[in-house]
Amino acid sequence: MAVKTYDAGVKEYRDMYWTPDYVPLDTDLLACFKVTGQPEVPREEVAAAVAAESSTGTWSTVWSELLTDLEYYKGRAYRIEDVPGDSESFYAFVAYPIDLFEEGSVVNVLTSLVGNVFGFKALKHLRLEDIRFPIAYIKTCGGPPAGIQLERDRLNKYGRPMLGATIKPKLGLSAKNYGRAVYECLRGGLDMTKDDENVNSQPFMRWRDRFEFVGEAIQKAEQETGERKGHYLNVTAATPEEMYKRAEFAKEVGSPIMMHDFLTGGFTANTGLANWCRENGMLLHIHRAMHAVIDRHPKHGIHFRVLAKCLRLSGGDHLHTGTVVGKLEGDRQSTLGFVDQLRESFVPEDRSRGVFFDQDWGSMPGVFAVASGGIHVWHMPALVTIFGDDSMLQFGGGTQGHPWGNAAGAAANRVALEASVKARNEGREIEKEARDILTEAARQSPELAIAMETWKEIKFEFETVDKLDVG
Amino acid sequence: MSNGSEMGDYQTAQTLETFGFLPKLSQEEVYDQIAYLVAQGLTPAIEHEHPSRSMDHYWTMWKLPFFGEKDINNIIGELEACRRSYPDHHVRLIGYDNYTQSQGVSFVVYEGRG
Repeated sequence: MAVKTYDAGVKEYRDMYWTPDYVPLDTDLLACFKVTGQPEVPREEVAAAVAAESSTGTWSTVWSELLTDLEYYKGRAYRIEDVPGDSESFYAFVAYPIDLFEEGSVVNVLTSLVGNVFGFKALKHLRLEDIRFPIAYIKTCGGPPAGIQLERDRLNKYGRPMLGATIKPKLGLSAKNYGRAVYECLRGGLDMTKDDENVNSQPFMRWRDRFEFVGEAIQKAEQETGERKGHYLNVTAATPEEMYKRAEFAKEVGSPIMMHDFLTGGFTANTGLANWCRENGMLLHIHRAMHAVIDRHPKHGIHFRVLAKCLRLSGGDHLHTGTVVGKLEGDRQSTLGFVDQLRESFVPEDRSRGVFFDQDWGSMPGVFAVASGGIHVWHMPALVTIFGDDSMLQFGGGTQGHPWGNAAGAAANRVALEASVKARNEGREIEKEARDILTEAARQSPELAIAMETWKEIKFEFETVDKLDVG
Repeated sequence: MSNGSEMGDYQTAQTLETFGFLPKLSQEEVYDQIAYLVAQGLTPAIEHEHPSRSMDHYWTMWKLPFFGEKDINNIIGELEACRRSYPDHHVRLIGYDNYTQSQGVSFVVYEGRG
C-alpha cells in the first residue's frame, strides 16, 4: 500500500479529479453537465472542479482525507465534448461511485449533484443535462405506486390514450359547484378529471368538502356510464402530516387516484406519498409546478429529463411532460426523449433526442406521460401520434369551453380520440389526414362538429426557448 | 350563446370503453382492427358477458386465447360463433401483449340484447 503524506495547501482540481483514461463501471452513477466556465480557466480544470465539488472535494486539502481512500470515493471527470453550435460551453461527463449515495434516495443524489457546485465561482453557468442511474441503484428505489400496466387493469382502459381535464376555473368555485363540473366532464366521456395544482384547501373550498362532493360525482358517473372514472384529488399540503390525512380521506371517498406536486412539495414528501399509495392501492398523478424555473434556461439548471428520471424513481403513475403542440414550452424530439425515460424498460443513448446515456430501467414500472395545457380537438391526431397509447391527454379549456358545456365538450374529445385511434390502427397517417378524420367523425357527432368550429383558429406558434443543442 | 334553443342537451350514454363513442363498426372496420391486432403481434382472444355485469373485470372467456392465430377470417369466425352461442351477451375482442402483460386492443364487437 502506497503511503501518502500530508501536504497542506491548494491544489489544482485536475490533478485528482480529471481522469480521461477512466472507464466507468456498470455500477457508477454517470452525469453529463453542460458547463460554461469563466473564460480564463482551462476546460479540464473546470470539469474537474465540478466533479470534485459534487463529490468528495473541497477547495483546500485537509489532513483527514488521508484517513480514507479518496481514490475509491471520488467523482471523476472522464470526458469533455464540444456543445454543437456553442463555442462558449462544453459537456463534462462525471462518474460517481455508487457508495456516494444513500440507497433509494433521489434526495441524496440531487443534494450532491446539484448542490453547492451550482454556485461555484469558477463557473458562469452549469446545467445538469442527464444522469445514468446504474441498475443497481434503480433496484433500491420504490418507483411508481402502480405503473402503466396495473393502472390500465384497474381502470379497464386499453388500446388508447386516456382522456382527462383540469377543472376550471382553477380557483374560486365552491365544493358543490366544483363537484358538478367534475360530474359533467365524467358523464360526457372523460376517464378522469384533475384538481388544478394550486387547488389545495383555500377558504372558498376546503379540501374535505371538495373530496366528498367529488367522490359522489365519480360514483354517479360510473353508475350512469358503465365505465371506470377518477379524479386526481390534490393532497399537496403544507406538511407531510396534513398530506397523509388528505390521502387517507381520498381513499375513503372512493377515488382510485390522488395527486401531488413533486417539486414544490419536494422529493421527500413525494417518495413518502408514493410508498403510501403503493401500500393503499391508490394511483398517484404528479404535477410539476416550478419545473420551468429549474429547466427552461438552456445553460443553467437541470434539464427536465433528469427531473423526469428522478420522479420515476421517487414514484408517480402520471407525469406532465408538455404537449409539444399546445400553449406551453416543449421541443418535439426532446419531449420524446424524456417520455421514453418514463415509459420504457431500456432507453438507448440518442443525442438527437437529448439522451446522453443508455439507461436500463430493469423492472421499474412505467409512468403515463401527461399532455396538458392549451390543447383542443384539432390537436388530437397529432397528440395520438406524438404520445401513443400510454398517455393521458388533458383538455381543460378544450372540454369546459364547449358552447354546450362540459359533458358535450368531453364527448367531443372522446369521439375525436377514438376516431384518431381507429384511423391510426387502419394504417392512416393521422397527423396529415387530421382534417379528414375529424370531419368524418363529426358527421356522427354534433358535439365534435361544434367543438371544431369553436377552436378552429387557435394555434400557439412560438419558438421553443430551450432547444436541443445542434450545430 | 345565450339562446337556449341553439344549445344541445348532452344525454349520458352507457358506453363500453374503447370505441364506445363511435358508431357501431361495420364488418370491414372490424376486419381492419383485427388486421392491426395481428400486425402488432398481439394474441387475439374473445370474451363475453351479460350487459348487467359489464363493469366486472372478468368476463367469461370464449375458449382460450388463440395463440399464434394470424388468419383474420378465423378470428371473425370465432367472434360470430361466440355471438351465436350468447346472443344476449356483449362480445369483445382482446389483443394480449405478452411483453407489457397488458392488452394492446380491447373493444366490444357485438353488443348483447341484454
